[in-house]
Amino acid sequence: MICEQIAESLPKAVEGTDGLSPAQRAHVETCLRCQAELVQYRSLLRALHTLRTEVIEPAPGVLPELLAAVGQVGEHHAIRSLINRRRVAYAGGIAAATAAGVTGVVLLTLRSRRSRPIAGSASG
Amino acid sequence: MRSSAFGPLEELSDDAQVALWVEAAQEGDEAAFQELVASSYRDVFTLALRLCRSEEDALDVTQEAYLRCYRSLGSFRGDSKFSTWMYRITANCASTYLKKRSRHRHESIEDQLEPADAEPSRDPVGRAENTELRSRLDGALGTLAPKLRAVVVLRDIYDLSHEDIASELGISVSASKVRLHRARHQLRDSLLPDVVVASHDL
Repeated sequence: MICEQIAESLPKAVEGTDGLSPAQRAHVETCLRCQAELVQYRSLLRALHTLRTEVIEPAPGVLPELLAAVGQVGEHHAIRSLINRRRVAYAGGIAAATAAGVTGVVLLTLRSRRSRPIAGSASG
Repeated sequence: MRSSAFGPLEELSDDAQVALWVEAAQEGDEAAFQELVASSYRDVFTLALRLCRSEEDALDVTQEAYLRCYRSLGSFRGDSKFSTWMYRITANCASTYLKKRSRHRHESIEDQLEPADAEPSRDPVGRAENTELRSRLDGALGTLAPKLRAVVVLRDIYDLSHEDIASELGISVSASKVRLHRARHQLRDSLLPDVVVASHDL
């Protein structure tokens, strides 16, 4: 097996040779050139891992800006919630008033229907 | 020692402390959310800068990431670490930001802020070698195409899974793997064999 054929597969073998076919694995085990390349990829991966511990300090004043931006959104959210709650309250009030009105009309209608026969029998 | 209403700042990196802040913030505690931001914004900014390669863009992405975090914190179930969740949001924001940006800019690595070593070596020679190596590695990352850089940064530095990377960048898992291999290949070509010698002390 030619090393160039394996070269493209070596970057995925850096975390373990599972990414290689059995034939490729067998070749790497006996090929110093491919082993050297694999070592290079592992070195690269270790170097990349070291960047994980680095923290790049942003300019002073970034944190207050972030908190202010989030706070603004929080205020908008609170105002929207308040408006929504008021809308619900208004809608609830209107619904209650409507229900009360309808109930009143129904009761009045029923009462007037009951009172008619009595009036009729009284006159007959 | 600085302290907060939630305890000493030495415990900020503690997962349990962060979980308490998350829980309190989900219940509407603004102070707890501020503690979450204060404890994580440097890491988020660092990731944003690595993805965008511009301080100005990184600040915009960081702000957008926290706004999204604020809006969607209620949906965070704690299946992963809060930091991992924030990295995913940041990656998504950076991807969206870079796609939307109309002008294409190449930032020189020299224009970037000096990184602060979170775990400085006691050996000055080793520290200098590591600093030089990291500087060259950071420079090499800057030469990668943004779509390759995003995958290698998220996978090899921040240890996100291919599934998470694919989800946040809007690509397939196989595309994520292919991009990672290409990125590693290009990095190796631009850095090695020097890195092999320099990384012995890592």
